[in-house]
Amino acid sequence: MTSLANSMRNGPDERGHFGIFGGRYVAETLMPLILDLEQAYKDAKADPAFAAEIEHLNKHYTGRPSPLYFAERLTEHLGGAKIYFKRDELNHTGSHKINNCLGQILLAKRMGKTRIIAETGAGQHGVATATVCARFGLPCVVYMGATDVERQKPNVFRMKLLGAEIVPVTAGAGTLKDAMNEALRDWVTNVDDTYYLIGTAAGPHPYPEMVRDFQSVIGAETREQMLEAEGRLPDALVAAVGGGSNAIGLFHPFLDDENVKIYGVEAGGRGLDGEEHCASLTAGKPGVLHGNRTYLLQDDDGQILEGHSISAGLDYPGIGPEHSWLKEIGRVNYVPIMDDEALAAFQMLTKVEGIIPALEPAHALGHVIKLAPTMSKDQIIVMNLCGRGDKDVFTVGNMLGFDL
Amino acid sequence: MTETRIDRRFKACADQGRPALVTFITAGDPDLETSQAILNALPAAGADVIELGMPFSDPMAEGIPIQLATQRALAAGQTMEKTFQMVRRFRETDQDTPIILMGYYNPIYIRDPKKFVVDAREAGVDGLIVVDIPPEADDELCIPALEAGVNFIRLATPTTDDKRLPAVLANTSGFVYYVSVTGITGSSNLNATNVSSAVARIKSHTDLPVAVGFGVKTADDAAAIGKNADGVVVGSVLVSAIRDSLDDAGKATDKTVAAVTDLVASLAGGVARARGV
Ligand SMILES: Cc1ncc(COP(=O)(O)O)c(C=O)c1O
Repeated sequence: MTSLANSMRNGPDERGHFGIFGGRYVAETLMPLILDLEQAYKDAKADPAFAAEIEHLNKHYTGRPSPLYFAERLTEHLGGAKIYFKRDELNHTGSHKINNCLGQILLAKRMGKTRIIAETGAGQHGVATATVCARFGLPCVVYMGATDVERQKPNVFRMKLLGAEIVPVTAGAGTLKDAMNEALRDWVTNVDDTYYLIGTAAGPHPYPEMVRDFQSVIGAETREQMLEAEGRLPDALVAAVGGGSNAIGLFHPFLDDENVKIYGVEAGGRGLDGEEHCASLTAGKPGVLHGNRTYLLQDDDGQILEGHSISAGLDYPGIGPEHSWLKEIGRVNYVPIMDDEALAAFQMLTKVEGIIPALEPAHALGHVIKLAPTMSKDQIIVMNLCGRGDKDVFTVGNMLGFDL
Repeated sequence: MTETRIDRRFKACADQGRPALVTFITAGDPDLETSQAILNALPAAGADVIELGMPFSDPMAEGIPIQLATQRALAAGQTMEKTFQMVRRFRETDQDTPIILMGYYNPIYIRDPKKFVVDAREAGVDGLIVVDIPPEADDELCIPALEAGVNFIRLATPTTDDKRLPAVLANTSGFVYYVSVTGITGSSNLNATNVSSAVARIKSHTDLPVAVGFGVKTADDAAAIGKNADGVVVGSVLVSAIRDSLDDAGKATDKTVAAVTDLVASLAGGVARARGV
């Protein structure tokens, strides 16, 4: 047993810090709002009715628990460790994003907020937000980079069907970071009625903690299911990191299990030599953006770089602060996977297991493909299959030269 | 802290029975040379205090005009070193007009905040306004700035209630910047009556001068706001004037400097009559 004092699961401190990372770096207009939010979240956390309501919705609306699936054919194909997938792609709306959205929309209701805003990259968080807004009857505005609007069209249409207003953001490269800037500008303008439903484990305290808590259902279920299936914990965990929410959700319940190796997979884009990647932990430097101190892709003058990834959901120059801390203390290994490796993994999973993954977890799979053959057959890997690939069919079709 | 240029300038304006005109431009907009010419011309045009924006790729509190100004400056190659250089050159001919650097924390953080404040002081900078570092993080930048002899000016906003105001004011010096609206720069719902009661509320907590910004566009706005406020801040309209003066390729023209100074002169007329006859 790890003693509580030595636990890696105690963060953040009361000012929202994980080591030197995290914190609350926002304009004064927003400070009172995030202090209110922190208090409201504390109160909700202490209320058993809140947890019960989330559990009920997770079960009956999302379809949790998601299966832990032994990928027998892929395991044979790679010829090494046993590979299990945590199938969060089977959730209602098609990804892990719904876990967080349900928690936050219930909090927004408790706080009496009447308007929801969100940023989205791949559109999965936008779809999940629009979904819970429809379910709870609240108006929803989603900020989305213009580039992403173009490459994630199916999700744009889904959000519209669900009744959300989509605001394309043309500033910068028109991707997730620009959408987040614009959402913050909306929030600072509409302070009384609006709840900002952040989609990843980043932003000012308490968002990184809160989003992690709502996503930790992934790791908690995995633990239980693994013990049931194999009678022991896995040897390795693998998840893709964009902002880091699906990854921290899987990792957090295992952080104190020393024998479980943990890998976070960043988007290596076209390679780490230039600027066309999103590997903020592998190739970035600590800085302050979007309310928290964390690793960022930036130049020597502190200007944030745009980055690139084939996957819109990983196309973000920052990373949740808890991941920055887990990197610094050496608990989690962060590794890059390139666009072409992710694309190959996407195709392999489709052909070998009959599962079309989203491009984000295809990055995680890219690492599993390297890792599994180096491990013995009695070892076990769990990968977070956090999203399904329907939204990416057009992008992948284009890359592979299909005329859709 | 001993008396600073900012303290002296607000006193001098008060002695003249008028608010100070605080003008914002983005350093390096639309290019380094033109920006230097604008900066150097501001005092004669009627600017009492100068805010010089340190361009940042992600200006979260900025509306479109200042976002675009930032993009122009970065596209023209502006860096922090060049911004310091602009201040040094300004100081060759002007020892009295306070300059405040305004911007976001990351470009400061990457240089090391303690080194940054010393470099800024040596360049001739008098104050700092950093949007995204709240009083809760005073130890990181505000305290080092004060120790280096640089005023740290905080923003108070409509959401800063009486409970929170003392924390915001605690280490503030030079003046308090009251943000007139909840929103981003360049917004258009300025309400002089609300602003006047907010200024009174802040003044009941501090002896520092209170300057008001966000949404001041015309000489009439400046006159109305300046009735109670000790300073009136204008920014978005100035950088919009720069943009409107550019040629089709986005380059400065022989009208660019005058576009700003003419507008500043008109705004100076507004503050001059603020306390009216
Ligand atoms: C399926 C999927 N996985 C991963 C991500 C990346 O986000 P995070 O790192 O927060 O899980 C996204 C974001 O859009 C996504 O849609």
